[in-house]
Amino acid sequence: MPDPMKIRATLQGDVADVRVLMAHPMETGQRKQGGKVVPLHFIQTITAQLNGRTVFSADISQAISRNPVFAFKVKGAKAGDKITVTWKDNEGESRTDEATVRGGS
Amino acid sequence: MRLGSAATIAAGAAVLAACAALQPSPRDAALALMQRDFHAEGIAGMDRLKEDDVQAACNEYGNNPPAELDAKLRAKQYAGVKWPADGKLMGDWKSGEKIAQRGRGMTWRDKPHQTSRGEPNGGGCYNCHQIGPDTTSFGTIGPSLYQFGKLRGYGTEIQRYAYSKIYNAKAYSVCSQMPRFGHAQALTEAQIKDLTALLMDPASPVNSR
Amino acid sequence: MNKSLVLGLAAACAAALLPPAFAQTEDPVAADFDKFRAVLEQDNPAELWEVKGEQLWKTPRGPKRASLEQCDLGLGPGVVKGAYAQMPRYFADVDRVMDAEARIVHCMITLQGFTYEELAKKPFSSATKTPDPVSITTYVAAQSAGMKLAPPQSHPKEKAAYDVGKQIFFYRAGAYDFSCASCHGVDGQRIRTQPLPNFTSPAQAIKANQGWPGYRMTGGVMHTLQWRLNDCFRQQRFPEPDYASEMLSALLTYLTVNAQGQEYKGPGIKR
Repeated sequence: MPDPMKIRATLQGDVADVRVLMAHPMETGQRKQGGKVVPLHFIQTITAQLNGRTVFSADISQAISRNPVFAFKVKGAKAGDKITVTWKDNEGESRTDEATVRGGS
Repeated sequence: MRLGSAATIAAGAAVLAACAALQPSPRDAALALMQRDFHAEGIAGMDRLKEDDVQAACNEYGNNPPAELDAKLRAKQYAGVKWPADGKLMGDWKSGEKIAQRGRGMTWRDKPHQTSRGEPNGGGCYNCHQIGPDTTSFGTIGPSLYQFGKLRGYGTEIQRYAYSKIYNAKAYSVCSQMPRFGHAQALTEAQIKDLTALLMDPASPVNSR
Repeated sequence: MNKSLVLGLAAACAAALLPPAFAQTEDPVAADFDKFRAVLEQDNPAELWEVKGEQLWKTPRGPKRASLEQCDLGLGPGVVKGAYAQMPRYFADVDRVMDAEARIVHCMITLQGFTYEELAKKPFSSATKTPDPVSITTYVAAQSAGMKLAPPQSHPKEKAAYDVGKQIFFYRAGAYDFSCASCHGVDGQRIRTQPLPNFTSPAQAIKANQGWPGYRMTGGVMHTLQWRLNDCFRQQRFPEPDYASEMLSALLTYLTVNAQGQEYKGPGIKR
């Protein structure tokens, strides 16, 4: 089971500022360790849902750095709404975590 | 126990004084703790924890030993400088620049007389010094060596100073923070010659630009 | 001589001429790194290990299948909030001063049945694996974020640890005649472009604690002070310190007491 994400969703007016910290080695397939090339292992897709409705979908590549930070804004959010983020990687592993939108400024 | 007897109080005080005498000084306690809680690893043996005469003096006197001891130690360090048999003190400044840029070697991950990557030890000179005109990522622990020869002259006396300073910095300043690269066998004679050239060759960018 | 070198020299000269109190902040090279660090601190990957560490604290694990929730970090069994800011401290059950990671290792041994040998075998993070004590220490440290450092100095062994730590800090030895003070005992110097705070000065001693445990950009790894001290001794060309040893607790006592009263902001981010 991959390590959990840390999701923070703060409301600014009616826009939720969402910041996601993902734990993932994001191996480029170029790095050598102990003389051997470490195989490609990276997040391929990220999707985000607001109260079960998909609001964001992204395909990313191995060029993204290890333990990436992912930030995006969602319009029409309210305090107490549920943000769910899912990532899937090239080895078939997947992780889903959720957070509640908190009233901010 | 009945209090008040002078003999009892005196005896008690003597016991307390004896106990205080038995408590190790912070330095002795630290030495014992280091001896127990360090371990040899790779080329870094426990002998490295033992102070030599320079380290002992600098530790005892807070890097400021009394004048007589200072002079005696400096003389001994200078006497230990091994001068090149061929009498030449300058090598190749281009090699010297490479040695100055590299900082590896002599740690517990390194090999005897070689870094962990199988390369010659580096001098790590840019860790502490400004040297050439093209490197702005220099440290400030030691003084700038930029224009070293240009400012001091290119004569043999200055060459001897530069060579021996790199070989054993303590020959000139006994509690200097600069490592004794020749004395510790961190750098070879050829490498010290190359570093001397880096500082003293008129064609070296240190002096020519 | 190129322009950036002139600027660098000018800055260095300016820094050298300024009184010591200002020398630290005037280094323009360091200022850029501080800006970079501030931006990254907003979403510090260290938070991932805080979450992981909390899981490890609460999950029954090890041969004894117990959680760490009975671990006494100095404020009573299971009290995590504020404990990190009040360490190192004396623990009667082991009759010695322990820093946070040493205490966590102790609890993993006594409560969960792990052995020192297995925890000390590979105690530092690699790109692919973070040892459990590192994650747990990160979690524990985060629960002291925003608090003032207050390592106690009331027990005789706590005072002795400070004095011993100070001796170690100034002890010149090793192949290069270095002590901790060689780099960290003076104001306003840097190694290459890395500023070296003066840990003997109360104003700068906070930098020995602030940012640790820290997520290190180089390699994308989580490191604690146990790693930092280990790597310092390696660069000092000393032999290797024992992991979570009493000697390191003494050195950490010296460093933390020097910074007492200053705010610890929690796990940080490093180059």
